[in-house]
Amino acid sequence: MPDDLCDNCGSKPATVNLTQIENNEMFSYHLCEDCAAQKGLEATTEPPTSPLPDFLAQIGDEPREEETSDSECSFCGLTFTAFRETGRLGCPHCYQTFESHLRRLLRRVHGGTKHVGKIYLPPDPTVSEIEKRMEALRRKLNRAVEVEDFERAAELRDKIRSLEPV
Amino acid sequence: MNDFTTIPDYGLSWLEASGDHSDIVLSTRVRLARNLQGHAFGVRARVNDRQAVLANFKEVFARSESLMKGTLLEMKDLGPRARRILLERRLVTSDLLGKTEGDPPTGTAVHVSHRDPLSVMVNEEDHLRVQSLLSGLRIQESWEIVDSLDEELGQELPYAFHHEFGFLTSCPTNVGSGLRASVFMHLPGLVLTKEIGKVLQGLTQVGLTFRGLYGEGSEVVGNFFQVSNQTTLGKSEEDLVDHLDKIVRQVIQYEMQARQVLLRDARGVTEDKIWRAYGLLRYARALSFEELMNLLSGVRLGLSLKLLPELRVYTLNKMMIFTQSAHLEQAVGRDLGSEERDSHRAAYVRRILTSEGDVTANS
Repeated sequence: MPDDLCDNCGSKPATVNLTQIENNEMFSYHLCEDCAAQKGLEATTEPPTSPLPDFLAQIGDEPREEETSDSECSFCGLTFTAFRETGRLGCPHCYQTFESHLRRLLRRVHGGTKHVGKIYLPPDPTVSEIEKRMEALRRKLNRAVEVEDFERAAELRDKIRSLEPV
Repeated sequence: MNDFTTIPDYGLSWLEASGDHSDIVLSTRVRLARNLQGHAFGVRARVNDRQAVLANFKEVFARSESLMKGTLLEMKDLGPRARRILLERRLVTSDLLGKTEGDPPTGTAVHVSHRDPLSVMVNEEDHLRVQSLLSGLRIQESWEIVDSLDEELGQELPYAFHHEFGFLTSCPTNVGSGLRASVFMHLPGLVLTKEIGKVLQGLTQVGLTFRGLYGEGSEVVGNFFQVSNQTTLGKSEEDLVDHLDKIVRQVIQYEMQARQVLLRDARGVTEDKIWRAYGLLRYARALSFEELMNLLSGVRLGLSLKLLPELRVYTLNKMMIFTQSAHLEQAVGRDLGSEERDSHRAAYVRRILTSEGDVTANS
C-alpha cells in the first residue's frame, strides 16, 4: 500500500517490508527507504537506540481507556504518561499498576511475557515456589552434565538436595 | 580513604588478552540487573530508598565471606578524576556517576570483589548490577561467575521477583532474567570488505543487537562493535548465553574469512594500511582519541595477520585504556586541555611502542 507511512519515522511513505522472526513470532515492519537503510548498513553509524521509545509511541497511538485518567502507581507515584516519556518504571509495584500495558509491551519487545530462567526463592517460600526453583536447578544440572562440567554439576546437585523435603 | 588504587588488579584483568580469540574478541561481559522489594528504583528512587539499598548491601558486604575480601567504593568519597578513571576502566557506567559537574547521585557505589572480573554497582538504574568482565570470548564462564554471586546475594537480599515476569527491572527491556551478555569485537575485515552491514543485519534477525564504539561524534571508530542479546524474557539464562556464544563464533568465522579475502585480493593495500598506522603511532606528536582508535585498529589487524610480529595484543589493549583523558591526567598529575591531552597521548603511545621493541627491525 503506497499510502502507508513508515512505522519508524511516521513521516515518509513506506516502500520496504521488513519481516523479522524472533522467538518464533513474526513481526512485520513497513519502512521508508531511509529508515530501512538505517536498519541495515547505515545503522552502524547511528548512536544506539533502544527499541522501547518506538514501541511506547505505538502504544500511545492506540486509544486506551486508562489514558483518559492517566493511571498512577500507588507506591512510587509514577504516571503512565511519565513512563511513556522515559521508558523507565519506578518500582516493583509499577508492574502491577500498568500490567495490561506492560503485557502488550513485553510481548512486542521480548516475544512473550513468561520468565523461564532462574527462580528467586523468598525467605519464606511456598511449596510451589520451591518446586519451581528445583525445576530450574534441575535444568541447569542437566546442562552442566551435558557439557561435562562435573564440578558445577556437584554444586547444583547439593543445592537441589538442600531444597528436598526432609 | 579508599580509591581506585585499592582495587585488586586495578580492575584491569580483562586487558590481559587471554581467553579464546582474544585478537578478535577484546572482552566478554555478563551483567544481571536486580532490584530490592519495597523501594523505588531508577528515576523514582528517593534519597531514603537509595540510602536503604546501600545500607542493605553494606550489611551483606559485612557478612558475606566472598564480598568481604573485596572493596566497596562509594562515589561520594572519590574525587572527580578517580570517578572518571573507574568509568574509563568500565567498572562503572556514566549513569552511576551522574552529571559531570557536581556531586554523584546519593548512595551510588561499586563493589569490586577479590574475584577480580566481578563487580557490583549499587544504585545505578537498577538497585544492583552484578557484572563480570573477562578477557577474550568467555561467555559461559562469565555467566557462571555472576550467577554464583547472584545466588549468594539472593539469599541475603529480598529481590523483587514476579511469578510471571521474573526479576523486575527499571527498564522493561531488561525484565525476566535481567541478563545482558555482551561481547566486544574487532571486525576490520568485515568493514573493509563491506560485508559488515549484512552481518549486523543478520544479528538483528536472530535476536541480537549491536552498537559501535563511539568517539566524541556519532561515527563508529576503530571497527569495534559490541554484540549482545536483545531480549531478556522468555528464555533461560543458559539459552541466552549459548545463543550469543554460537552466533559470535559464526561472526568470528566470517571475520577470519574476510581477512583471508583481504590478504588474497588486496595484500599490498592492506599491508600499506597496517604499516602506515604503525608508523603514525610510532612517530606522531599529537593524537586524538578517535585517531588513535582507528590506528590501533589497523595495528591490531596487522598483529592478528602476523604482519607485525613483535607486538602483543595486551599492549594494544592497555593503550586503549591508558590513553583516555582521565588516565592521562592521572599520569601527569593535573587536568589537561584538549591539545595537551593529544600530545600526552601521542607521547604515551611512542613510549610504549619503543619499550615493546622495534618491530621494523625484523621485517
